[in-house]
Amino acid sequence: MFIRFLISRVLTALAVVFGVVCLVFFLLHLVPGDPVEVMLGESARPADRAALQQALGLDLPLHVQFGHYLANLSQFDLGTSFYSKRPIRDLLLERLPATVELGMAALLVALLLAIPLGILAAVKKETAWDIGATGVALFGVSIPNFWMGPMLILVGALWLGWFPVSGREGIASLVLPALTLGTALAAILSRMIRSALLEVLNEDFMRTARGKGLAERTVILRHGLRNALLPVITLVGLQLGALLSGAVITETVFSWPGIGSLVVEAIHRRDYPVVQATVLCISVSYVALNVLTDLAYARIDPRVRLGSRP
Amino acid sequence: MIRLWIPLGVILLWALVALLAPVLPLSPNAIDLPHILKPGSLHEGLGYDDLGRPVFDRLLVGAHTSFLVAFAVVSLSLIIGSLLGTIGAYAGGWIDMVLVRVIDVFLAFPGILLAIALAGVMGPGIENVVIALSVVSWVGYARLARAQVLSVKERDHIRAAVAIGIPPPQIIARHLLPLISAPLIVEASFGMASVVIGEAGLSYLGLGVQPPAASWGSMIRDGTRYMLVAPHMVVAPGLALMGVVLSMNLLGDRLRDWLDVKNRSVKETP
Repeated sequence: MFIRFLISRVLTALAVVFGVVCLVFFLLHLVPGDPVEVMLGESARPADRAALQQALGLDLPLHVQFGHYLANLSQFDLGTSFYSKRPIRDLLLERLPATVELGMAALLVALLLAIPLGILAAVKKETAWDIGATGVALFGVSIPNFWMGPMLILVGALWLGWFPVSGREGIASLVLPALTLGTALAAILSRMIRSALLEVLNEDFMRTARGKGLAERTVILRHGLRNALLPVITLVGLQLGALLSGAVITETVFSWPGIGSLVVEAIHRRDYPVVQATVLCISVSYVALNVLTDLAYARIDPRVRLGSRP
Repeated sequence: MIRLWIPLGVILLWALVALLAPVLPLSPNAIDLPHILKPGSLHEGLGYDDLGRPVFDRLLVGAHTSFLVAFAVVSLSLIIGSLLGTIGAYAGGWIDMVLVRVIDVFLAFPGILLAIALAGVMGPGIENVVIALSVVSWVGYARLARAQVLSVKERDHIRAAVAIGIPPPQIIARHLLPLISAPLIVEASFGMASVVIGEAGLSYLGLGVQPPAASWGSMIRDGTRYMLVAPHMVVAPGLALMGVVLSMNLLGDRLRDWLDVKNRSVKETP
């Protein structure tokens, strides 16, 4: 049963990935804006323009270009950067560790903030604590990364001088970007933890745990949270995709040398193959994360694969 | 009560400012060299930016940009999305299948990434921002409208309308859309918040409005270079942005609670 679910889920994901490949290619090729003109300027000689067009393969009909693109993709060849003239695959692999590191750190920050906040809100339900935690969560999702980041730089780096302003050198440089990226996720997770915990708080095993005289703290942490976290942990997977897109702006704010800042640099340099490849790469990882989350969930909770899910 | 009226007031106030900004006697682009980077005070409003332009005036004009884009994007994607979603669910068959596949593909792009790439390739400018954000936002409305129509299209009054031969466009407009509008309105108010952040985000990356036009995002971007000497350049637009987004989220929350209660009572009476 699980194998069948796995196969059908992976096949659907592959179809979506193919759709993503098509969409990225055609959207970026059909929107107005001629890369050759942008690269050479309006006053370029027609001969130069034609030469560059030919060198980039942009003189071929669109469907032929798409065919070449697909053929290259099937060999994991993402093309060559206009700007650095290097294979894009190498550029991406170079930048990947920084993004993974930032993502992991942001996830850690999110969990460290969300778990206490969620517990507090659930245990003290409908008191000032709960309302306060709700307020903090609302602030968390309403502060954009590109403002949160500069504010943290202002306080943590410029005024207090505890952390570097930007760049990636040592653990200290990771703190502010991770806080910036993790806050919104923390806000969402704290709400999830609250509702998941509220659901288990009145279960029989909780009453039993209290009945046998365990301390309230042990009851909540060992019996309540453990059961509540199961669905939450799998939902974290779905939110990791949001982290990926948040990373684009956060990495730019902190000049963090990851994949997110690569997209923005490539856009400003009009390096279209890099933009295309990076968007594709992030979207495919997003699809993969979603599939993994689904599978993990189905593995843990059999109702998912036996139920009416497509 | 407070949770409804305060956010509503904040939004209406900014919307009024946004509406009036083009006719108010503001000088958002007036360069005043002696005042460069001067912080705010009681007499000088919110201070001046790196070119000596008044931050307060630019903030009001920025509201115009923000609300204009939010209104355009949300109306465009609400109309296109709910129309496609409704048609797909109502028609069923291969039309619906194609729609579901297209929605799946669009949902495979995390958040604002596609908009950043599109705006980047199309070049800066407010029209391109609207197009880029609409391409990303219509999907949510389409998915929601499709799910809603699927859940109500077998109701008796719709069947009755079909039976007496009312043409589908009329059934959709008169009998379906009114039933599914509540959740779409809630979605739109959260959508406003994300479009406001989206526009500011694109402008922060330099992909939004062209200088010297003001946007809260581009004001934050300009300000980050002078944070140590002129923090007011970053703080003022950021607070405005946060206030608006927070209010839109709060209002969405209230609307959702309020409309949910109504839905429940509708469901209880068969």
